[in-house]
Amino acid sequence: MPHDHHDHDDYHHEGMSSSGHPYRADNDGPLTYWQRMEIAVRELLVEKSHLIPAQIATQIEVMDARSPANGAAVVARAWIDPDFKARLLADASAASREMGFDIGPLNLIAVENTADAHNLIVCTLCSCYPRNLLGLPPDWYKTREYRSRAVREPRAVLREFGLDLAESVAVRVHDSTADMRYMVLPARPEGTEGLSQEQLASLVTRDSMIGTGLPRQP
Amino acid sequence: MSDWDGRRWHDMGGQAAGPVPMEGHDFALWEKRIDALMVLCGQKGLFTVDGLRRAIEDMGEDAFEKYSYYERWIAAVNQNLLEAGIYSLEELATRMDEIAARGPTYAEAQHG
Repeated sequence: MPHDHHDHDDYHHEGMSSSGHPYRADNDGPLTYWQRMEIAVRELLVEKSHLIPAQIATQIEVMDARSPANGAAVVARAWIDPDFKARLLADASAASREMGFDIGPLNLIAVENTADAHNLIVCTLCSCYPRNLLGLPPDWYKTREYRSRAVREPRAVLREFGLDLAESVAVRVHDSTADMRYMVLPARPEGTEGLSQEQLASLVTRDSMIGTGLPRQP
Repeated sequence: MSDWDGRRWHDMGGQAAGPVPMEGHDFALWEKRIDALMVLCGQKGLFTVDGLRRAIEDMGEDAFEKYSYYERWIAAVNQNLLEAGIYSLEELATRMDEIAARGPTYAEAQHG
C-alpha cells in the first residue's frame, strides 16, 4: 500500500496518514468472518435489486468528502459575519445548508463558546456525531471511556486532551441523540483581526468543534 | 431481588472508566462499505437507525468489548435485513461459505 506523506502540517508526521493516524494493513490480513458478512450482505442487496454497486461507491465518496474542513468553513464565516452567526445559532442545519453543505435530515445545533462558558459534545448511548458536516467521528469519541466520563468529569477529560480550563469557565456538556446532534462554535482566537475567512478556517480544528480542543493560534 | 440499576449496558453516561484512549485508525474499505450500506438501507426504507441501535444494544456488553465498531454495525445491519425478510438466513450462510472459498483475503474474496 503506497503511503503518501504530507509534511505541510505539524499534525502529520512520518508513519502517520494524512488524517494523523497510523496506517494499518486492514486489506492485507486474512479474511475475517465479519468481512465475509459484509461482502455477503452487499451482494445479496445488489442481487435482490435493492442497491446497485455504483450507489455504494458514490455513498463512500460522499462520506469521504465530508471532513472537519466543512465545519471549519462554517465556523470561520460565523466569526466574521454576525448575521450568519445569528442564523447558525438559531438553526445550524439551515445555516450549513446555506453554505452548500448537504447535511441531510440531520437536526444540528451549534453551541457557542465564550469567555465564560465552554461546550463539549458527547453521545453517551452510542456514537451520534454531526457526521454529515464533520465526517465520521474519531475513534476516541466512540469509546466507553469518553462516553462514560464526559458527562461526569468533563474537566478531567478535557485535561487529558491538553485543555485545562479555569474554574471560572462553566463547562456545558451536550449529550447527542440520533435525531439531535451538536457542534461547538469555538471562540475566535485573539489576534486574528486581519485574517481572511479562509485563513480563519485553517485555525479551526476538528476537536475545537467537539469541544475537546481550542482553535489554533495564528 | 436484583442488583440491576435499571440501565442497559450501552447507557454509559456517568459510569466510572479509565483514561480516554487516544489512538485512532483510518477506516478500511470494508468499514466504509458497511457505513454506506447502513446509510443506503436507511434511505431505501429497509430499516431505520433505531433498528440499527436496537440490534447493537441487544448484542450485549460482551460484543462491545469483543468486536470492533463496524463489526457490530454489519451484525446489526444483517439482523435488520433478516428481520425485514430481504434475504433468508440460509441465503446468507450459503453466500458466506461461497465467499470463504474464493480466497484468503478480503480483496480476493470479492466477486469476479
